[in-house]
Parts: sequence; C-alpha cells; structure tokens
Amino acid sequence: MPFMPVKFNLQKRVKLAQGLWMIYWLSVIVGILLFSLGIFFKIELRKRSEMMDNNESHLVPNLLILVGLLACGVNAFGGKVCHDSLDPIKFAKWKPMLKPFLLLCCGFNALLLLTALLCFLMQFAVYLTLAEGLKNSIKFYKDTDTPGRCFMKRTLDLTQIEFRCCGNNNFRDWFEVQWISNRYLDMSNDLVKDRVLSNVEGKYLMDSVPFSCCNPGSPRPCIQHHLTNNSAHYDYDHRIEELNIWTRGCREALFSYFSSMMTSIGVLIIATIILESVDMAGLKYLTTALETMEDPENPECESDGWLLEKGVKETFGDLLAKLKTLGKTNQVVEGGDSVSIL
Amino acid sequence: MAVLRLKFTKNERDKLAQVLWILNWISVLTGILLFSLGLFLKVEINKRGELMAERDIQYVPNMLIAVGLIACAINFLGGKICYDCVDTNKFLRWKLIMLPYIICTFFFTFCVLVGALMCYSMRGELEESLNLGLTEAIRFYKDTDTPGRCFLKRTVDMLQMEFHCCGNNGYKDWFQIQWISNRYLDMSQKEVVDRLRSNVEGKYLMSGVPFSCCNLNSPRPCIQQHVTNNSAHFNYEHQTEALNLWMRGCREALLEYYTHIMQSIGLTVLLTWLFEVMDACLSVLTGVRYLQTSLENVLRQGDLNSESDGWLLENSFMETARTNLNIIKCLGKGNQIDTANNGDPNINVPSTSKAHYGPDNVPLKEIPEAS
Repeated sequence: MPFMPVKFNLQKRVKLAQGLWMIYWLSVIVGILLFSLGIFFKIELRKRSEMMDNNESHLVPNLLILVGLLACGVNAFGGKVCHDSLDPIKFAKWKPMLKPFLLLCCGFNALLLLTALLCFLMQFAVYLTLAEGLKNSIKFYKDTDTPGRCFMKRTLDLTQIEFRCCGNNNFRDWFEVQWISNRYLDMSNDLVKDRVLSNVEGKYLMDSVPFSCCNPGSPRPCIQHHLTNNSAHYDYDHRIEELNIWTRGCREALFSYFSSMMTSIGVLIIATIILESVDMAGLKYLTTALETMEDPENPECESDGWLLEKGVKETFGDLLAKLKTLGKTNQVVEGGDSVSIL
Repeated sequence: MAVLRLKFTKNERDKLAQVLWILNWISVLTGILLFSLGLFLKVEINKRGELMAERDIQYVPNMLIAVGLIACAINFLGGKICYDCVDTNKFLRWKLIMLPYIICTFFFTFCVLVGALMCYSMRGELEESLNLGLTEAIRFYKDTDTPGRCFLKRTVDMLQMEFHCCGNNGYKDWFQIQWISNRYLDMSQKEVVDRLRSNVEGKYLMSGVPFSCCNLNSPRPCIQQHVTNNSAHFNYEHQTEALNLWMRGCREALLEYYTHIMQSIGLTVLLTWLFEVMDACLSVLTGVRYLQTSLENVLRQGDLNSESDGWLLENSFMETARTNLNIIKCLGKGNQIDTANNGDPNINVPSTSKAHYGPDNVPLKEIPEAS
C-alpha cells in the first residue's frame, strides 16, 4: 500500500513539473542568500575580532558558506531534472541518478538542521568570548605604542560610538583601569604621584571616561571627568543623570547585535529546510508518476505517484534489514552458497 | 521616389514591433533609475536640512524626479503603442498620436540633458548655503532648551563625528562663540563672572571644543579644554599636534560629500541621455516611422498578411518640403475666396493617401496630383 498516493494525468504531471521547476529555482536563490549571509557574518566577526581577543570561532559562518554553495548546486540539478522530466528521452538519462540524489537531499537536510542548531547554540560562545575580549580591550586601551595593539584605542572608541555603549558591563569599568598612558602623565607633578601611589598596583586611576562614551543627545556639554563628584560640576547629580554618557555596557550591546543576526539566520535556515522538504516530496511524486506510466509512448495516459512505495513502518523495516545485511557480508553463512574466507 | 524604402513581410513587421517594445521597456527602467537618483539626492539634502540655509537647491532633485517620471510615462506609452502595432485593429487607434509622440520624445531628451547639466551647476549655491547654515548651527549649539533648536546640538555632534570635521572652517570657530548654555554655568563663581565680563557681548568664551571634535586616531586621550595653552598639558604643543582634533572644517567635508554624489548622478544622467538619444533617434523614430508607413500601406492594400513597403518619407525630401509649404499656403488662404476651382479649396490640396474604390484585386488608378 503506497504512502500518500495521488493520481496523475498529463495536465497534472505537466503542472507539477513546471511548479517544481520554479520552486527549485527559488531554492537556488535562497541558497545564494544563505551564502551571502555567511560571508556577511564572517566579515562582521572579522571586523570586531579585536573586541573578542581574535579568539572567536568562525565555525558558523564557514558552515553557512558551505551550505549555501551546496544548496545552489543541489537545487540547480533538481531544476534541470524537472526541466527534462517531460521529455522521455532526456529523462531516461537522469533516471538512474535519482535515488542517490534523493538520499543526498536527505543528508543535506540533516546538515541544514545541524547548522540551525549551531546558530542558536553558538550564541553562548559568542557571549563568553565578548566578555573576555572586552575586558582585555579596556586594559590595553592605553597601549597605543605597543606593536599589535596600536589600534585598540581606535577600535574601542569606534565601537563605543557606533554601538552607543561604554565599558564592559557599564561605565564604571573605566574607573578600574589606567586608560591614560604614562607617556602623557607628568610624573613630577605631586597630584599625579599621589594618585599613582594611592593603589597597590601603582596605576593612575581616576573617575573619568574616554570621550567616546559621551552621549551626543545630552542637552549639556559632555562631562567626562570627575563623574562621581557632584560638587565638581554645577547643577549635576551623577545618580540621576542618565543622558550624559551611555549607560549600556558594550558586551550587552555587541551581544544583542550578534544574537539578533544569528537568530534571524537560524530562522531562515529552518525555512530552507521546509522548502527543501517540499522540493524532495515534489520530486518523488514526479519521478514515481513518470515511472508508473503504463504506456511510455502515450503521454496522455494516467499514472500514480506516491511518497513511499510501501507504508512508513514497512519502509523503515526494509531499511533496517538492509543495514543488517550490510553488516553481515563478511561473515560466513552456514550451509550457504557463498565462499567462506579463511 | 520614397526615402529609404524597405519591404516588410508580416513577420518582419511583428519582429520590428517587438524589438521596439523591448527597447521602450529598457527606457522605462532608465526612467525609474533617474527617478530614484532624484529621490536619493532629495533625501540626502533633507537629512542635513538643519545645517543648510536658503533652500534654493531643491530644484535639482525635483527636476530629476519629474524627468524620471515623465521618462517612465513616455516610454510606457511608447511600449504600449508598439505592443498594439502588432495588431492592425488596435493600430488604428494610435495612428493619430504617433507623430505628437515622436515630437514629445525629442523634447523630453532635451529635458534630460538640462537635468544632467544642472547637477554640475549646483555646487556654488550649495557652498553658500552650507556656509550660512553651519555658522548658524554652531551659534545655536547651546540652545537645547529653545523649541525648534533642541536637536541642533545632537545634529552638529553627529555631523562632526560622522564626517570627521570640526567647526565651520576649522576648530577655532568654537573659540568665538559660547557653546555652553548659561544654565550650566555657575554664576556665583568669580572665574565665570570674569570671563563673561572679559568681552563686549558678555559671552562665556573659552579655548575649548565639544567632544565630537576629538580625533579617534590620536594615540593620546583627547585634549578638549585649553587647546591653545601648551603648559596646561604635559608634553603637548598645539602648533604641531595634528592628531588630537579633526583638522578639517565641516563645510569643506560636506561640500566634498555632496559634490561627489552630484558628480556620480550627473554622469549617470548623461549616460542615460545618450542612451535615450540613441534609442529615440535611431530605433524608435525610424522603427516607428517604418511601422507606421508599412501598416498604412497594408491598410491601403487591404490584405493584412501581405508584404508592404515602409519608408521614412513618401516622396523625396524636396517634394515633401514643397507639398508641406503648399499645405501651409493653403491654410493661409482659407478665408479667401478662390475662384479658380469654383471656390472649392479642397481640389488644389494634393492628397498623399490613395483612396480605395471598388472590389479587391482591382489595380488602383493613379489620381493626377496637382502641384
């Protein structure tokens, strides 16, 4: 008893072939979209790799690029098969390749599912990498003369301006590091000496933030220095002042940016899985409808199409039996005709 | 003797009509391109509208938008005409509009050229507008509590950060105005009062700049206050320090940006104009004229599927000019009584279309032409 049989006459077959051809080309476009999203994601990760200690994992974008290319190839082949399906001579060429092709599509769907899962799960890894990377970035902000870290200041300033954030968790992270290089500190000045000696590690700490933390939307010119000292500025209360500098931390800002990107890519991949399944079902119907034609010379005859030749349970039983026999080929069969290998 | 006479079978007529149809649709696409370029320029100008005074520059994007829309309409009509030309019944509908359409296309390509040239002429007015606008914007930077100017501070800060510029001509523009509002100045302090009294207009002036002037590429944390005082900072000399603040003025930066956009748009419009001229002159006019004459001849012969002749002009240039002059003379004579033909002005008018008398397959008699 075939699984989900449908009767086909010539018109239905032609319509199915045409509709399937269009869906295959739509899938090719989706494959191109996945490929370009993979490249875009890779570029974004590279752009911000300094914030993540150059430690970020490129597994997801690489997988996306691979999946995109595979999708293009597989769906283009499927489209070609559909295009040739109504011409019996051309279709005979493709007939032997169809079963392996459908198995390949199944495998490809499994790969897509794995990629979607990774998109959702790797967000945790991105979060942890960001936390570690930003802490180090803030520490190395002042080292504009150290090779390899010359541009850390510029990158961090650009990130804070672009993502409207300040510090790792919030602006107080800047109070815990020395972000002014010793090259620009007048060590003969008493104030400077006092400040440097006032903490165990000899760091010049102050309650100030860099200019990139400033909020341009503030009605008042930016207050960067002596942030926690209310009396240092006229009409200023640091506990209620919210518009002066950005209050959000950069880890949260960057994470929400990457997380939304990865979530939307994951949703797109799930839609691709559904589209691919529809493609596979359509192709199975088309090929079975063409194969079961009683009179191949007469295109007008009716035929049956189905998804599975036997029912679901029987198909699985057959598959399991096949797998078992694959395992048994090297064993000696008692009383059989096969030659035993000693 | 007709000018450039060609024979057309029905298939060739159909193909000619189809090729013209495709060309017209490509022209519609270029019209849409012109329209979107005009829209883009309008949006860019309006985005920084707060920083520009005297909006006389709006005529350029408006012209581009209008020209783009007209291009779409004209070419769409042309496409429809060509599409209908394949069917002789529908062709009759369009017969009268063909010539005015061709004239309109010529006039319209001239408009496109004017649009392209205007793009290049906008620069002078734009510079003047930016100069005035930026001076005002810097002056009103501190007025974040005045309705209508609340967001000027934010706009100027974002501008300086995005375009990497400071002030109108340079950062010293900020030294000449008060950019900190009196709301945030402690009037009870002696220093503040002294500074206010130190100049005629009672402005709080200082050698400091807003944070948005800070240069990202500087290896040292930004020095915003006491910019010209070397002793206020360690290891600092403001005459040689080039990386601390943005050195370029915002007027220059914005002008360069807009000039770049306008040059690209101007170039694209010129290329579109060249394409339109080629399209209009060579293909549409010639093709449409051939189609028109060949279909007219088909109608004269009465057999839709036959071959027919198509030409640019029915008689040679000289004869056509002579007959047209005569038509104009006769128009002038309309009110006079012409006694030569018993007062009937129609007898002397040469007809260019031959009337169809009697049954088919009868060869037509030549009507003697009076000249």
